[in-house]
Formats: sequence, C-alpha cells, structure tokens
Amino acid sequence: MPSAEIAGQDPVSTNGKVDPSVVMDCNIEKLYYGSLKAVRDTKLPVRKNAITAFIGPSGCGKSTVLRCLNRMNDLIRGFRLEGNVQFRGQDIYGPKVDPVAVRRYIGMVFQQPNPFATSVYNNVAFGLRLNNFKGNKAAKVEEALKSAALWDEVKDKLNESGLSLSGGQQQRLCIARAIATEPEVLLLDEPCSALDPVATRSIEELMKQLKARFTIAIVTHNLQQAQRVSDKTGFLYVDTSEGSRTGYLVEFGDSNQIFHDPKEKETQQYLKGEFS
Amino acid sequence: MPTEAQKSKPPSRTQAITDTAFRALCQGFTWLVAVIAVIIVLKIVLAALPAVRQYGLGFLSGQVWDPNKKAYSILPEIWGTLYSSVLALIFGTAFGVAAALFLAEGFTADAVFALLKTVNLQFHPFWGKLPEQVENLLSNLIELLAAIPSVVYGLWGLFVIIPLIRPACHWLHADLGWIPIFGTDLSGPGMLPAVIVLSIMILPTITAIARGSLLAVPTRLRMAAYGLGATRWEAIFAVTLPTASRGIFGGIVLAFGRALGETMALAMLVGNANVISASLLSPANTLAALLANAFPEANPKDVGVLMYAATVLLPAAVPRILTGVMLAIARGAGETAPLLFTALFSNYWLLWHGHVKLMQPTASLAVLIYNFAGMPFANQVELAWAAALVLVAMVLTANLIGQSLASRRVQ
Repeated sequence: MPSAEIAGQDPVSTNGKVDPSVVMDCNIEKLYYGSLKAVRDTKLPVRKNAITAFIGPSGCGKSTVLRCLNRMNDLIRGFRLEGNVQFRGQDIYGPKVDPVAVRRYIGMVFQQPNPFATSVYNNVAFGLRLNNFKGNKAAKVEEALKSAALWDEVKDKLNESGLSLSGGQQQRLCIARAIATEPEVLLLDEPCSALDPVATRSIEELMKQLKARFTIAIVTHNLQQAQRVSDKTGFLYVDTSEGSRTGYLVEFGDSNQIFHDPKEKETQQYLKGEFS
Repeated sequence: MPTEAQKSKPPSRTQAITDTAFRALCQGFTWLVAVIAVIIVLKIVLAALPAVRQYGLGFLSGQVWDPNKKAYSILPEIWGTLYSSVLALIFGTAFGVAAALFLAEGFTADAVFALLKTVNLQFHPFWGKLPEQVENLLSNLIELLAAIPSVVYGLWGLFVIIPLIRPACHWLHADLGWIPIFGTDLSGPGMLPAVIVLSIMILPTITAIARGSLLAVPTRLRMAAYGLGATRWEAIFAVTLPTASRGIFGGIVLAFGRALGETMALAMLVGNANVISASLLSPANTLAALLANAFPEANPKDVGVLMYAATVLLPAAVPRILTGVMLAIARGAGETAPLLFTALFSNYWLLWHGHVKLMQPTASLAVLIYNFAGMPFANQVELAWAAALVLVAMVLTANLIGQSLASRRVQ
C-alpha cells in the first residue's frame, strides 16, 4: 500500500505505484508499549543505497522507530503497532510473516558493541551458520571483514576472542557480523556513541563505502555526523500534549535541505540548539 | 557563614579504633573457619593412620566387610558412591538445567502474559504484575526443595518411591533382565530409589546456580543474536548457554560434591549391601551410608577403619565446605548425621530435675525420624511421619523468612 503524499515532504509514490528506489516504507500510525503510546504518525521511506538518518532529542522514539523496521520491538512484551511497514511489497507486520525471517534480510548493529564471547571468526560466521550456508565460510568471513575495514587488523588473530579487540574494532566486528550474510538493509542504532572520535570517523567512512552495496538507516545524537554522512534525514520530536511523551515525525527530506533550510519551527529550534 | 561543625573532618580516634577492631574481628572469624576445617581433616587423617598401616591399600580394593572376622574393605562402597552420584548427576543436570532455562528465559512469564491477554488484563496495574510474580514463586518453590531435610527425603523414598517403582522394576527385570542394568530384582531399598531421590535432592542446587548464570548473560548478547535473525532456541543454544556455561559447570560440580557426601537419605534407601553390581535394581552401599550405619555401634578399635573410609570420602567435602556457611541455619535443623554421632539419642529433655545437662545424649527430631523409619511397627512409622511434618514445617518457616528477608529490594 503506498503511503500518502505529505505536502512539503519527500514524495514517495505517485499515481499509486510503488517507487522502486524505496526499499522500505514505514507507516507508523500508533505504537504502544503496554498502555503508553510511544510513537505516532511517523511515515517515511528508506531509499535504496542511501543513508537515512533519524535525529531528535532524547526520548523522541528514534530507536523505537528504527527497531520497528526489523521487528526487534516484538521482543518487548506489551508492544503493539497500528500501521504497517512495507518491505519487498509486503507488510512485515502481516499476520503470516515470521519476524525471524524479517531479521535475516534487515540486519542491525547496536549502540554498545556486543560481539559474542567466541573467536573473531565464529562471530562473523554466526549468521552464515544460522542460514545453513554451505559454501566457503572462510572466504565469506574474509570478505565481510574486508568490507568492514577490519581484515588487516585481525587477519592474524581470527581465532582470538572477539572481546580482545578495542571498542572501535569490536563495533566494526559487529558490522562485519551483520553484513556477512549480505542483508538488504542495515540498521545502525547510534553506532558511534560509545566510541572515541578516531573510531567514529573510521566507522563513518565505512558507512559511506557500504552505502554502495546496502541500504542504511542510522539513529544518531550527533548532528554533525548526520550532516556528514546521511543523504536523507528525518527529525522526530516529542509531543506531550496528551500527558505522556509521544514521539512523532516533524520533518523528513534531503539532508541538505533539513540542515540548511528547515521548514518546520521545531526543526529550526532544535538545529539552533534551543532545546536538545 | 559555615560553622566549624559543617566542615569535613578526618576520622576521630573512636572511629579509627572501631574500624580496626571490626576488621580484626572479621579476620579472626575467617581464620577460625579455616582452622576448624583443617583440624577436622587432620583429626580424621590421624585417626585413620593405624588402620592405614594395618590394612594398607588392600582396604580400597577388597570387597569384604565383616567386623567379626576383622576383614574390612570398601571397594563396593566406592563403587556405590560413584555410581549413585554420577547417575543422579546426569538426571539432576538434565532436569535442573532445563528448569533453569525455563525460568531464566521467561517462558512462564510469557505463558501467564498470554493468559492475561485472553481476558484483556495484561496491562492492569495489579494483574499485570502476575507474570513476574509467578516466575519468582516457581523459583522459590524449587529452592524450597533444597530446604527439605535429608532424613525426610529418606522417609519419603522408603514409603512412597519404592512402592511406586516396584511394579515397573519387576517388569523391567522380568522382561529385560538380560540387560546388565536390570540384572537383579528390586527387593526394597536399592540403587534406583537412591538415584531417584538423590537427583531430586541435587536438582535445586543446579537449578539455582544455572538460573543465576543464565540471568547474568548480558541482554545485549541476546539482542545481537536476535538481530542476526536467530530463533529463540538458536539464541539459547548458540549464545546464552555457551556464555553461561562456566557458571552452570560450577553448579554441577557443587551438586556432584553434594551427591557424593549425601548421608541420611542414602543410608535409608541404598540397601546397605556390600555388593558391586551394574544393576540399578540391586541394593548397594555408599561410603557415607557405611559410616552412618557403622559408627553408632562401632568398637573403639574399629573406629580407625571407619576414619580410613572417611579419608577416602573427604575430597567430596571440599565444594560443600566452601558454600557451607550460607546454608548453615536451615540445615542445622534438619541435619541428622552429625546429631546421630554426637548427640546420639535419648528420650529425655536437656533438663533433668531442673538442671541443664548439656553433656548427655538428647533428643532431636531428625534422629527420631531416622530411628523410627526403620522399625517394623506401623505406629512407629506413623510417628516418624508426624515428626517429619513438624520438622519440615520448622525448616520451611525458617527458609521462607530467610527468602523474604533476602529478597527485599534496596530502594
């Protein structure tokens, strides 16, 4: 189902036809955690081979929306979504859709690097084993580590524990692990917030290289990072009018336009630093 | 303007002295415990030395135990201890780890949540807390299993388990008797009832420790597994269990130590026959049961032999000693063997004609249960059950109080 055109927003579809450059179409009407309405009215496209960034103040639901895109919110008891998320022409929240299958095509990297307590090789090969990959695992592992710009640093210590690497290396290991099975979409939830500036820059460079092969969506607190890295940006803000904090999408568009010529008042205020 | 009283001051002389004194007291108690343990071990080894000189290593490889002929050897007991402990460990680990997984992964909570969903009460302020409450209740119930005194397990095994498995065992021996493990017929107490009860006794230890280890696996590792598209069970077997494996293994070792040293339940259930047999249905003997049965009537000269046997059993005590203090009080009420050897038994109270007599034999519920359980008269057995009820009530009350105090959250 194509999402409605919103005036002044990035047009997703015209004439009811689905735009092929849109990989995922997110149409969240209402999102509940238990009886708390966490997010409302967030409709945005995630475009192929582009980096889409979600920015906004703390608690505005950016990570919640990101987690909706690969059904990670299902793990929270009491989660309920009204709306749909389209991927490959299907609603991933449809009744017959298996969330585990969804996550095999839409991978995720988390804020805290979380390599498993096993060797570097086994970490990267984990997804391959889950999918019963019968080919040359070693070659795939090497390819993933090279794509994650980590191969040169770990090629002599593939059998050492993943936890023996530095923070930036661990995060790149998590990225290698996520891309080893070549998912279509890669979701990154504040991937650099636990890292030092040097490691942050290396991951940002990595994202720009990965853009050619994957579709990327990231959540970030760092406005400069969003400006440096993303092609499209969505700004979310908190609505406290009904007594509780409910996040919603204020503005979505090209990153250049959002950062230099924001149209909504909240966006302008946020970018000027009047609230955070 | 700040007054003198509001400025920070270095510790006063009284505070410094109290600090040093407290630290010294703690050190003293720690050394005391260590010294007591060393004294126990030394005394046993020293008392065993004459028997070691007399019987040598043949004590460990022979199969005859005959006080009349002065022929002593404990190979059947070593076999019985290892066979019963290893089998109990296998069953106890299988069920214990499964129960721990069940509790740690939240399956119960999910089931209760689904149930509440059918009546739309899942977000109710009171009923919504039910999933977590049910899980805590289940976990506490399993821990209560550990509080039941060993002698009560023996009693239950004698009068409930053995009659229950008798028909099945007869069938097993009759039809499948050619398989060595069913080679003999069940004649009451034997290896199988002992193994069944022993598995139940070590299950709470394994479950509690395994559950703790599983809960300690950081959530972010599980999230990573799910994020890569793992199903629930793939995440459990590929990530959660391996990460928790060290803790679970520690729990298994602890449970093994308990199984090796278990005295009262096995003394009542294992049959006290000095035979080595692969058959599960045959009576056997364990080191601990041998000591429990032989000591009360032992000739002072034969005590050395029993000490030799005790030395063989000592290494099994190591894990228990290391955790002993935690379980001290509740166990104290239910402990039978130490009382059997020290307080012996007497139907008379500590007070005699108004004088407190601490040095005389005295009564205890646990020893009464042990004595009466083995008697052939029905009303004695009934009295044993009654005493067991009183003892279990006392022990469970202590445990419940302990659990509720321990679970009070720090605000």
